[in-house]
Amino acid sequence: MMGAMSHIEPGKQVAQPAIEISHLQKAFGSKVVLSDFNLTINNGETVVVMGRSGIGKTILIKCIIGLIKPDGGQMFVFGKDISKLDHRELDELRMRVGFVFQSSALYDSMTVRENLEFPLRRDRRKKITENIDDLVREALRNVGLENAIDLMPSELSGGMRKRIGIARGLILKPEIVLYDEPTTGLDPITSEEITQLILSLQQKYKTTSIIITHDVDLAREAANRIVFLAKGVAYTQGTYDELVHSDDPEIKHFFKR
Amino acid sequence: MASIPKIKTVFSKSLDDFFYGIAELAQFSVNVFREGIRPPYEFKEVLNQCYEIGIKSFVLVGVTAFILGLVLVMQSRPTMIEFGAGSYLPAMSSISIVREIGPLVTALICAGKIGSGISAELGSMKVTEQIDAMEVSGTNPFKYLVATRILATTLMIPVLTVYADFISLIGAFTGSNIKDDVNVHFYFNRVFEALHYTDVIPSFTKTFFFGFTIGLVGCTKGYNSKKGTEGVGKAANISVVVSMVGVIIIDMVVTQITSMLGYL
Repeated sequence: MMGAMSHIEPGKQVAQPAIEISHLQKAFGSKVVLSDFNLTINNGETVVVMGRSGIGKTILIKCIIGLIKPDGGQMFVFGKDISKLDHRELDELRMRVGFVFQSSALYDSMTVRENLEFPLRRDRRKKITENIDDLVREALRNVGLENAIDLMPSELSGGMRKRIGIARGLILKPEIVLYDEPTTGLDPITSEEITQLILSLQQKYKTTSIIITHDVDLAREAANRIVFLAKGVAYTQGTYDELVHSDDPEIKHFFKR
Repeated sequence: MASIPKIKTVFSKSLDDFFYGIAELAQFSVNVFREGIRPPYEFKEVLNQCYEIGIKSFVLVGVTAFILGLVLVMQSRPTMIEFGAGSYLPAMSSISIVREIGPLVTALICAGKIGSGISAELGSMKVTEQIDAMEVSGTNPFKYLVATRILATTLMIPVLTVYADFISLIGAFTGSNIKDDVNVHFYFNRVFEALHYTDVIPSFTKTFFFGFTIGLVGCTKGYNSKKGTEGVGKAANISVVVSMVGVIIIDMVVTQITSMLGYL
């Protein structure tokens, strides 16, 4: 197993990390998914998590947002221990973290407009001072789908659904965004468009991001650091170039060299 | 022929499933009360669900209730006349409808229409991660989706029952007028003379329990559905069966209690 490659220069003062995960464990029955997962993500960093299908990448980000309860270990988001937050505190933290689902998870019974309005109307931190309609239109402009505002999710193509999913995940202007396989199931051209969209939104909103993907092109373009998840641990991590040139057979096989 | 150990295994599994189902419903109802009483309250969503569940069922419940009232009188009339009790038709039909037919038929129709609808909707939201999406938006899906639907069914089934009773009595009046010529004032005077508060109160009270059961079962099965779209279909199916059986058991218990109190 390769060691973690550090990216923090010696002597440089380190700000509080956005996400800190230590010794995370999760099993479903006898199947151990995460056995001892450790990861620290700094503010503004984009970390891509890669690994084989079914290895536990989605479980990892669902643990971070509190959708799945881990069996052991600790997770700090903005310095707060997720496991010690009550319902209200967890809801407040979730407002600061955007989640883009693999399936987009748009509400079937609502129009695109209502899908985007939902998080805004549920935001209990503050009264929305800006016009909700303006915020929805801005979010749709960001993903290039202003004309889809009154469509139902069933009327959207796969690529459009992904874009609306991204728009909804970012509408509260979260400080952290978790993307679950944003380009899976899309053709290469649409995948590239989604990749460029993610990059432009990250530049615009300066978010900290975790991207779960198998898409090597997305990883190369977006990642400050790639974490390779295998055997329930952060098997190795480094930049795209470091992983691509790795001699580890598992990594080599994944990147098909 | 299946071997005895195999039969024992199947029997044991069914028994396990039965007790697991009871525990699941009990745990869900505890959560409903716990989440339902804790602010913030989802009044707007409760009203929305009352409209979806209640108002949209008016036509189906009305048509069924009218036909049942009409058929009840047409079927009973020959026998009642044979025994010289034709003048008791309004009293017989009103007591049958208000005590039993109205509440039970409304609850069974709603178990089929509303229970399966809730279960399929929540099940499909679960498998497509919409419930997770709601949770990450800082919304408690249990409170927003489950507690509101259960409260709406608990409130709307009694409303639908009163409406069904009324329409069914009109059906019974229509049935009486097919062969006879009955005056509307005379008919409804006899109907209300025959009804006592001991007929109305227990039958109205049990409809709240019917509504709660239909909502609880539909939400429990939908919210806990697994295994993708196959699981959604299964959840909708089981929810109809369980809520119908639940309604009939509650009906039996209420009848027994009413009888023990000397109201029957």
